[in-house]
Amino acid sequence: MTEIIDILISASFWAAVIRIASPLILATMGELICERAGVLNLGIEGIMVIGAFTGWMAVYQGMPLWGGVAVAMLAGMLFGLLHSTLTVPFGLSQHVVGLGVTLFATAAASFAYRLMLPEVTSPPKIQPFQPLDIPVLSDLPWLGQALFSQTALTWAAFAVAGIVAFTLYRTPLGLAVRAVGENPAAVEAQGLSVTGLRMGAVMVGSGLMAVGGAFLTLSAFSSFFFEMVNGRGWICIALVVFGAWKPGKAVLGAILFAAFDALQIRLQQTSMGAVLPYQLFLALPFILSILALILMSRRAEVPAALMVPYNKGER
Amino acid sequence: MRLEPIANPTAARRLGLPVLAIAATMLIAMVLALIAGANPFAVLGQIARGALGSKLAILETLNRATPLIFTGLAVAVAFRAKLWNIGAEAQLYAGAILTVVLGTGALGAPLVLPLSALAAMLAGAALLLGPVLLKTRLGVDEVVTTLLLNFIMLLFVSYLLEGPMKDPLGMGWPKSPALIPEARLPRIVDGLRLHWGFALAILAAIVVWVIQTRTALGFEIRAVGQNPEAARFAGMPVNVVLIKTALLSGGLAALAGWSQVAGLKGHLSLDLSPGFGYTGIIVAMLALLHPLGVVVTAIFVAGIFVGSDAMSRAAGVPTYIADMLMATALLCMVLAILLTKFRVVRG
Amino acid sequence: MSKSEGAEVVLRLDRISKSFGALKANDSVSLTLRRGEVVALLGENGAGKTTLMNILFGHYVADDGEVEVFGQPLPPGNPRAALAAGVGMVHQHFTLAGNLTVLENIRLGTEHLWARRHPDARGKVERLSRDFGLSVHPDAKVCRLSVGERQRVEILKALYRDARILILDEPTAVLTPQESEALFATLRKATGLGLSVIFISHKLHEVMAIADRCIVLRHGRVVGEVDTHATDKGALAAMMVGGELSLPRAEARAPGKVLMQLDSVTTPDHGAVPGLKQVSLALRAGQITGLAGVSGNGQAALAEVIAGLALPSAGTLSLHDARITDWSPRVALSNGVGRIPEDRHHQGSIGDFDLTENAVLEAYRTRFSRRGWMNWRAARAFAQEIIAGYDVRCPGPETRIRLLSGGNMQKLILGRAMASGPDIILANQPVRGLDVGAIAYVQGQLIAARDRGAAVLLISEDLDEIMGLSDVIHVISQGRLSPGFARGSMSAADLGLWMAGQKFEGADAA
Repeated sequence: MTEIIDILISASFWAAVIRIASPLILATMGELICERAGVLNLGIEGIMVIGAFTGWMAVYQGMPLWGGVAVAMLAGMLFGLLHSTLTVPFGLSQHVVGLGVTLFATAAASFAYRLMLPEVTSPPKIQPFQPLDIPVLSDLPWLGQALFSQTALTWAAFAVAGIVAFTLYRTPLGLAVRAVGENPAAVEAQGLSVTGLRMGAVMVGSGLMAVGGAFLTLSAFSSFFFEMVNGRGWICIALVVFGAWKPGKAVLGAILFAAFDALQIRLQQTSMGAVLPYQLFLALPFILSILALILMSRRAEVPAALMVPYNKGER
Repeated sequence: MRLEPIANPTAARRLGLPVLAIAATMLIAMVLALIAGANPFAVLGQIARGALGSKLAILETLNRATPLIFTGLAVAVAFRAKLWNIGAEAQLYAGAILTVVLGTGALGAPLVLPLSALAAMLAGAALLLGPVLLKTRLGVDEVVTTLLLNFIMLLFVSYLLEGPMKDPLGMGWPKSPALIPEARLPRIVDGLRLHWGFALAILAAIVVWVIQTRTALGFEIRAVGQNPEAARFAGMPVNVVLIKTALLSGGLAALAGWSQVAGLKGHLSLDLSPGFGYTGIIVAMLALLHPLGVVVTAIFVAGIFVGSDAMSRAAGVPTYIADMLMATALLCMVLAILLTKFRVVRG
Repeated sequence: MSKSEGAEVVLRLDRISKSFGALKANDSVSLTLRRGEVVALLGENGAGKTTLMNILFGHYVADDGEVEVFGQPLPPGNPRAALAAGVGMVHQHFTLAGNLTVLENIRLGTEHLWARRHPDARGKVERLSRDFGLSVHPDAKVCRLSVGERQRVEILKALYRDARILILDEPTAVLTPQESEALFATLRKATGLGLSVIFISHKLHEVMAIADRCIVLRHGRVVGEVDTHATDKGALAAMMVGGELSLPRAEARAPGKVLMQLDSVTTPDHGAVPGLKQVSLALRAGQITGLAGVSGNGQAALAEVIAGLALPSAGTLSLHDARITDWSPRVALSNGVGRIPEDRHHQGSIGDFDLTENAVLEAYRTRFSRRGWMNWRAARAFAQEIIAGYDVRCPGPETRIRLLSGGNMQKLILGRAMASGPDIILANQPVRGLDVGAIAYVQGQLIAARDRGAAVLLISEDLDEIMGLSDVIHVISQGRLSPGFARGSMSAADLGLWMAGQKFEGADAA
């Protein structure tokens, strides 16, 4: 027990929590936008892989770090375009298309990796984002290390969450997105394009997912591995449900989740880790996701038109 | 644009569009080969030769197709009822675990093979039961839960192989002890590397086909998948049908693990399945969820993978081209199926 | 002569044609609308009224023809252009997002997507509510509003955008006669202020009450155009159906014994849709019991209980004097309850199944399978029996049911329900959306079943249908059931008061 308390009061633990939460926040915001517009995007896992790969490869090829982020975002939007073309105007099963996009994106990243680096055995490293030194705040005792020694991309993740929340609830665009996920006919009758709004939402959302993936290669680690996304996308889908499709709650969920993840990593090194198999600790995020889904199943306010394609010719 | 239902699609439309989808996939294969700096026609030829060019290649393709038939059937059965079982991977491993538990000395001949198959099926079925109950009772989306279970199951297998199921003679490799000879599936023809699992997979496809077309349960599964509201109104026990479907689907997926362990590998290891559960989705969709079609598409998909391995060694195009082609084929096929039923019109 | 004769023409539809596959929904339809005028678009279901208005509003693109608003041609397929030109449409199925407030629904799409909020939106909405008598709270969530309130929001949406032409698609279908009167008052105010209205309906008395001019559509063509003061209901009806109206009318009969009895049955509410509140109802042999009411007042809950889909949360249900405890569609079927569902596409049939499969949907376990094996030969013979016996026009039992017209689909469902010789029949909106021929057939079958001694419960939102067929009429409002009224003892206006909930004792009439 004292071991757990020691972990919880250490500044490095909280720094890790925020670091681990950052990609989850980015990707969760991406998924949330899609679902608020009525499209379940199961391409998230593969789009995160593509983001991780393209961002890293762009920087490896000599682009600046923010250039890598932009490349990842564009790549994500491209896959968002693929996803939304099939699911919105054609109204294909969002389950099947989402999985197809994930399989396609994952395979494309692997294919491109092997094509561009045919001989290497271990992937080359890049110089990743460094923690920002913020005057005064970073020098605060404990707090400085816990909260104010993060990279710019982490700050960007939190800024994105704020922008998403503001846009959804304070702008006419957000109003339209919320409406199109609830009743597309309402949007159409007011002269807005259901197809445009939904495709736009999926593309922007997919861009954010890809940036979430790029966080892994450009900020968290300095290299690209095939298995590095490792189910984070699916966890983000659970986080959207857990956050009841609201950005603020979803961010809190991501932080809570990251805290458990950071905790399990540290617990492995304690006396508990000596007794319990490490696989149990690694499985914790997935088990928590399932529990979160069960917990929220009764209360969640699902967008009414989620997964319902809209075809105005339907009679 | 707007989609307009086609009253009576012509045979050309119903058959031509899926063929076109495969053709589009091949076209993309050639583009990818070009990107990789290889001759596209040579690459296609090498894939075909690698898959079917020799007796050895054909047997390898059929061996690879065996687990894909099982997982493809698992997915086809579930998707037919609109039960989105994405957890065939985990169910496969659940089956494999039980095969090892019973096949390493706990049981002897002649019971060990049928009983380990049965136990494997029960394990796979049980694993899918949880997500389905969460769906029917609480409305939790089974896609996410079955996906998450795949990760949990792999970690569980990893734990077993490093702990209670570790092979003491494995020299540190995480693998289980080998099955006793009586627990192994024999080869169909002596000297040819093709085991009875393949024949059983085809038998399973026929059984599923008979269930779907000839039994009341099959009628219920199709009705629930097409229109659960009408099925419920007509008096079908929709949730019970979903649970029965899940048991069938989970059991079929588990047989993939059983046949891999008992027929091919002889032990359990973490590389037992290179994503057979996920590839099963592609197999099933390409077969338009038809159980007999699954046999054909599983062999096709297996051929692409086996052929790509061979091609990659020869032409230097990354073997991941196979994964890209399969994902492309899936997306092209769902679009093609849609366009057999609807036409795109203006306004 | 219309009162607005000579006034400015605000809208001109010129030879509009539109086909869906083989169906010609609009065939060279022309129409003009003048300032301050109410034009009724009258026609049966499927006559092409809604399609025409959807073309005007830009939901569909016409195959041929032109639309001119205030003298300017309207670009096709663009609701935004229609809105900008001053056309507002109140759809039959409301187009509101339930998770948003009234104000948010009204503002949706009126601002540039990135611009900050229009500061005085609330003031404008409040002013319009006052001026037009459309009271509704701007900050209420739409999912909590009643149907009448939602319609007011829809009209406010159009007025907020300064619509000069208002299209109302079957606006009274969901209203009580009294609410309809209030709507008409609003429309009179609107036309007084210079708005023009197109009023889509198939209810003759409403058209006579509100419209200045009336355009009758049949099978997608204009078959007549008359000033309302120069015509009467009979002439309009004849124009609408293309001949004399001859729907079956049931003659009174002596009721038999009670076959199904509900005692103080209560079911839970589902959101804004009320469940049943202490409903007691007896269905008697040889009698058609009509259930009148505005849609969404508990009809669905009552139908679910009778069909076997739901058990009461309180109260008892008895069948042939035996109390029911175990209740499901299968138990209902095996106890002789025949069911015609409200929605034949979603509840009554499976579109991609063929007629054989749809015919045996209810009896596949009892009659067409043994030990789990289907007997498809018997199933096909059964389907053929229904096709022949109930005049289902189709290529054969292998036809997918989605290819059938609504009438033929309904006949198959009717045949399926009647095949087991049920003595209790639930007929939920059995003729909605059918053409006159099919209506007469289905209603004739219900009367025949009654004459054979069956107890029939007829649920309908069409008061004329209820009054024409029922031996006894109950009204449902907010989940409460009125006493039974014998045939001919109540006028439509009296029933309307019950429908509005005003006659219920100690009622908290909403």
